[in-house]
Amino acid sequence: MTAPKRAIRWHIGVFLAPAVLIYTAIMILPLVGTLQLALFKAVENVQTFVGLDNFRTLFGDPNWSTGFWNALRNNVWFFVIHMLVQNPIGVMLAALLSSPKLRFSAFYRTAIFVPTVLSFVIVGFAWKLILSPLWGVAPNLLDLVGLKFLFSPWLGKESSALIALSLVSVWQFVGIPMMLIYAALLSIPDEVIEAAECDGVTGMAQFWKIKLPLILPAIGIISILTFVGNFNAFDLIYTAQGALAGPNYSTDILGTFLYRAFFGFQLQVGDPNMGAAIATMMFLIILVGVCFYLFLVQTRLRRYQF
Amino acid sequence: MTKRLLTALLGGVSLLGTAGIALAADATLTIESWRNDDLSIWQEKLIPAFEAKNPGIKITFAPSAPTEYDAALGAKLQAGSAGDLITCRPFDKSLELYNKGNLADLTTLSGMENFSDTAKAAWTTDDGKATFCVPMASVLHGFIYNKDAFDQLGIKVPETRDEFFAALDKIKADGTYIPMAMGTKDLWEAATMGYQNIGPNYWKGEEGRVALIKGEQKLTDPDWVAPFEELAKWKPYLGDGFEAQTYPDSQNLFTLGRAAIYPAGSWEISVFNAQAQFKMGAFPPPVGKAGDTCYISDHNDIGIGLNAASKNADAAKTFLTWVASPEFAEIYANALPGFFSLNSKPVEMKDPLAQEFVSWRGKCKSTIRSTYQILSRGTPNLENETWVESANVINGTETPQQAAEKLQKGLDSWYKPAK
Repeated sequence: MTAPKRAIRWHIGVFLAPAVLIYTAIMILPLVGTLQLALFKAVENVQTFVGLDNFRTLFGDPNWSTGFWNALRNNVWFFVIHMLVQNPIGVMLAALLSSPKLRFSAFYRTAIFVPTVLSFVIVGFAWKLILSPLWGVAPNLLDLVGLKFLFSPWLGKESSALIALSLVSVWQFVGIPMMLIYAALLSIPDEVIEAAECDGVTGMAQFWKIKLPLILPAIGIISILTFVGNFNAFDLIYTAQGALAGPNYSTDILGTFLYRAFFGFQLQVGDPNMGAAIATMMFLIILVGVCFYLFLVQTRLRRYQF
Repeated sequence: MTKRLLTALLGGVSLLGTAGIALAADATLTIESWRNDDLSIWQEKLIPAFEAKNPGIKITFAPSAPTEYDAALGAKLQAGSAGDLITCRPFDKSLELYNKGNLADLTTLSGMENFSDTAKAAWTTDDGKATFCVPMASVLHGFIYNKDAFDQLGIKVPETRDEFFAALDKIKADGTYIPMAMGTKDLWEAATMGYQNIGPNYWKGEEGRVALIKGEQKLTDPDWVAPFEELAKWKPYLGDGFEAQTYPDSQNLFTLGRAAIYPAGSWEISVFNAQAQFKMGAFPPPVGKAGDTCYISDHNDIGIGLNAASKNADAAKTFLTWVASPEFAEIYANALPGFFSLNSKPVEMKDPLAQEFVSWRGKCKSTIRSTYQILSRGTPNLENETWVESANVINGTETPQQAAEKLQKGLDSWYKPAK
């Protein structure tokens, strides 16, 4: 009648506890705190529950919604440029590096990866100087090859500032896709390559038909990392263009928009509640993107894995 | 021998002991500030001058970075760890602290009578009843020019706008110098050194500013659009690639002698004196016709208040009374040429450029920046929008009319002037 009682496996809880506690304390609680903050509003210096009022302001009041949609649009464009430029260059560099004929590949690998470990502040400042119309090396270098007419103060023009900054960001981070894809290329079993060669698939055809499909999961991971990174980006724009993300808000992305709302800027007093509402929207956007990837893309990619 | 030693030792001990007691009775006051550039002036000049007169009060000047100051101060006040004395930003930032009870009421502080109402305006409640910071200094706007360049090209200092643009044309035609050193990359240069610099001449200083707050004038009125129209005319005189020229770039262009005119704030004086190798002069924003009344932006920039939670309030008040005295004004104004005392008693200054700036107070009417009082309390923030729009106008991406309409629309969305 009595089934043999299984002992309660305490050790599972004990071993999980540290990670769960730390993760809860430093990740889940602040996240819940932010979501909660977004539902309140300071009325006469007292935090009062107002439901979804802050979101209504964010989307209904043109003073806020114009800024939000502008920031979101710029952010999407920022991401698109990353995907279009960073991934192809990353794949190309990795393919070149994994070629057995290339000499000094360790040097190139390191050199291309170095910017990734630099601080945003250094990158932003250095590029501001490089592109400076007054003292920058960019106009001089273009002059040397007779292309001075191509130069314009890119960071100061509405039409080009965001593209210029996206490319700076690509320059900084291209090392990461390169490394991941390089690792993926190295992990392709020799038998597969040999089999392909026996079947007469060599050279470029081999890359397109055999290697590329096998590194697609790595590209997927890179895309999602880029997505999360881009929609959380802030530092580069802040260091290069300031919190007002000029000119005329043309480089304003969600991160800088959140910063101004939350902490205020110059005479603008910060509003933590509206800031939290924007942070919540950013969280939701990223969540939707990541879910899309996990449930739709990754399940299909898994088939190619060994 | 031993006895002597013992006496000496005992004497020493008792001396040390009393010294310890004296130290314990000392009140140590800490000053919170964003002016980390002024650290040496406080440590070498101001604090010794005060401590010499007031034994028993020790002062520590503890500045933080300008961009971090407001956030850091807010956090410290909340945690109760902020210093006794708080350097006050002008207008709403400090008013907010006062309303929260962080700053003590200083209306009755002895020494306050040394300041005019305009001087106190930046740190007084809207109804004018309570003042909560002692005014320290204001900054003036105008143009600093390269005297050598003007002499070389035979240009005399412009007084009217026509002369001003004629001078710019002449410098441009000559080609040795960039006519004007200003960029739009950092946005605020365009607004602060541009719009707020030349604007008061158009909107008649205080008259227009107060009418704007009362709702009798609008930013779309001709007087308020005109400064934008003038800014739009500046574009051809700025350096190559001015759209990406930052504030330090502009400063360097001028101090390296590559530009002839610099739309300035008086705070540049000490920096420029140290860096420029040529003679400099200054002129106030040119007026429309010779003989017109001139208006200058004489903006209250820095004050100092008392932390309401301070444990040494009495000692702190002694210090604040000293800050309100002409003695402080003289040391401060001379140590930091370009930060002009707001004290009613005129201060003698030794720096010629600073003297030139301050002399305008005599012949022109003073006003403060139009966006600072009351009008930047809402969203969108008028001051920040003015930065963006001024830069747009100079870049030529928006017409003066469009910029003014945008500003007025933003203001209308939240500001309802008391009728």
